[in-house]
Amino acid sequence: MDKKIRMKAKDVDFYYGPVQVLKRIDLDIFENNVTAIIGPSGCGKSTFIRLLNRMHELVSNARLEGSITLDGKDIMAPEVDPVEIRRKVGMVFQKPNPFPKSIYENIAYGLEVNGVRDRDFIEQKVVESLKKSALWEEVKTRLHESALRLSGGQQQRLCIARCLAIEPEVVLFDEPCASLDPISTHKVEALILELKKDYTIVIVTHNMQQAARVSDHTGFFYMGELVEFDKTEVIFTRPRDKRTEDYITGRFG
Amino acid sequence: MNRKNKEKLIEMFFLFNGILVILILVGIFLLLLKNALPAFKEVSLQHFLTKPIWNPDAYEQPTYGLLPMLVSSLMVTVGSLVVAVPLGIGTAAYLSDVASPRVREIAKPLVEILAGIPSVVVGFLGIVLLGPVISRLTGTYNGLNALNGSILLAVMALPTIISLSEDALGSVPRAYEEASLALGANKWETVIKVKVPAAASGILAACMLGMGRAIGETMTVLMATGNAAEFPRSFLGPVKTMTSTIAIELGEVAYYTTHFHMLFAVGLILFLITFVVNLCADIIFHKHTRVQA
Ligand SMILES: Nc1ncnc2c1ncn2[C@@H]1O[C@H](COP(=O)(O)OP(=O)(O)OP(=O)(O)O)[C@@H](O)[C@H]1O
Ligand SMILES: [Mg+2]
Repeated sequence: MDKKIRMKAKDVDFYYGPVQVLKRIDLDIFENNVTAIIGPSGCGKSTFIRLLNRMHELVSNARLEGSITLDGKDIMAPEVDPVEIRRKVGMVFQKPNPFPKSIYENIAYGLEVNGVRDRDFIEQKVVESLKKSALWEEVKTRLHESALRLSGGQQQRLCIARCLAIEPEVVLFDEPCASLDPISTHKVEALILELKKDYTIVIVTHNMQQAARVSDHTGFFYMGELVEFDKTEVIFTRPRDKRTEDYITGRFG
Repeated sequence: MNRKNKEKLIEMFFLFNGILVILILVGIFLLLLKNALPAFKEVSLQHFLTKPIWNPDAYEQPTYGLLPMLVSSLMVTVGSLVVAVPLGIGTAAYLSDVASPRVREIAKPLVEILAGIPSVVVGFLGIVLLGPVISRLTGTYNGLNALNGSILLAVMALPTIISLSEDALGSVPRAYEEASLALGANKWETVIKVKVPAAASGILAACMLGMGRAIGETMTVLMATGNAAEFPRSFLGPVKTMTSTIAIELGEVAYYTTHFHMLFAVGLILFLITFVVNLCADIIFHKHTRVQA
């Protein structure tokens, strides 16, 4: 493991009210790698990646112990502004969630709230990020139409474009293909592999093949614990833990 | 009684209620119409709609111009909306998205209490509190004018606007909020730039209902606006709205005179305006909920 560590979870315990959902999680996220998080439903995958950009703070009774760092700095420290963290650590959600605005405005929005006023710069960024997310060819003639008229797969790529426009350093994907057809899924996967060159990526997925195809490292979560974390090829060929083996071979669900 | 019959009975009950409401509405309309029509035996409709003076007591030539009071009513209503709409939406945005749960718990009942203050009390405050302040700030005689009425009506329309706007904001899908926050927007940016536009039709309906309340409000404007029978010239001058005119004059007028019937004609206009405003609010509101579903 020679790569640089971008984010690091250390001894993370997490609770919703009295219920503990994550137990002693230790996990490193490497620069320009894709880290996949797999595990059965309800094991805490979404909960975990939402910690990485402090989205868990939207839940009022959430409580976190342990530390999560970005480039060595504790992102939960009281003096750190969550807005700053979310600018650096972008997120794409399971269900495509473009704003009920035009395609153009969807992308411009993130720039505007981050203080960009220069119209030309915004325009250039819109085009650039649509190209990056492989959506440009499909929408270049209708940038000012409502984003809600796009197909699900196109909406998801728009959400990726919107996320990329503000130039995050880490991008979190929570089951980005869960509501997409195979062709759109393929496009998003290809995109993730492409993005790896410039970004550090974390992806939650239920799809073993997808994890195997796109990721460099894989963490297997089970009932709030990180059972095993290693290079993806190791996890999928020589897992150390029996539970990991059972899960990836589909012996339990 | 079996379940099916019971359901049928409940259904009948609500159907009956619905029909009753419609009957009452139609009844009021017909009553107003019946009492208003005789006025136009002596005065033309054109006179009513175009004369800029309302002076039923003139010895020689009584005039029954609707315009001064229509303009007065519109002035205080628009004035109140200018104050209440931004303030109401801002408060709703704050309460639904920015305020801490503790603040919300205290503020929401307060808004409801505000809705429950009797209009005569609001009018009283307009005379003893707001009037002197306006008088001092603007150098007008007693501060009983359209501005005073507008501010008081704004206070009265606020609870409606706040609570319905808050409901509308609450029905915006959470995914929009998450998307916005994940892009590095703060709570205010999220609620103003994403949630308010997404809830626009619900908020518009809320404002229209607030407006409906302001147009029809009587006691407050009666007490606080000075009630001069002249054509309104500015927000700092006294005005006499349609509601005030009816309330003041109907008590003194001789029955079945032209003046008497004219007051019903004014009432009819008022009824139609509020009806249309509320209907629009309703249509917008239902369109909104259907889109959401
Ligand atoms: N806001 C919340 N309040 C309380 N409990 C929650 C909340 N969100 C999630 N949980 C609980 O935390 C646990 C982990 O949920 P999480 O959403 O992280 O699972 P997941 O691994 O992402 O599952 P899936 O694969 O179905 O998306 C579950 O038991 C869930 O019921
Ligand atoms: Mg999940």
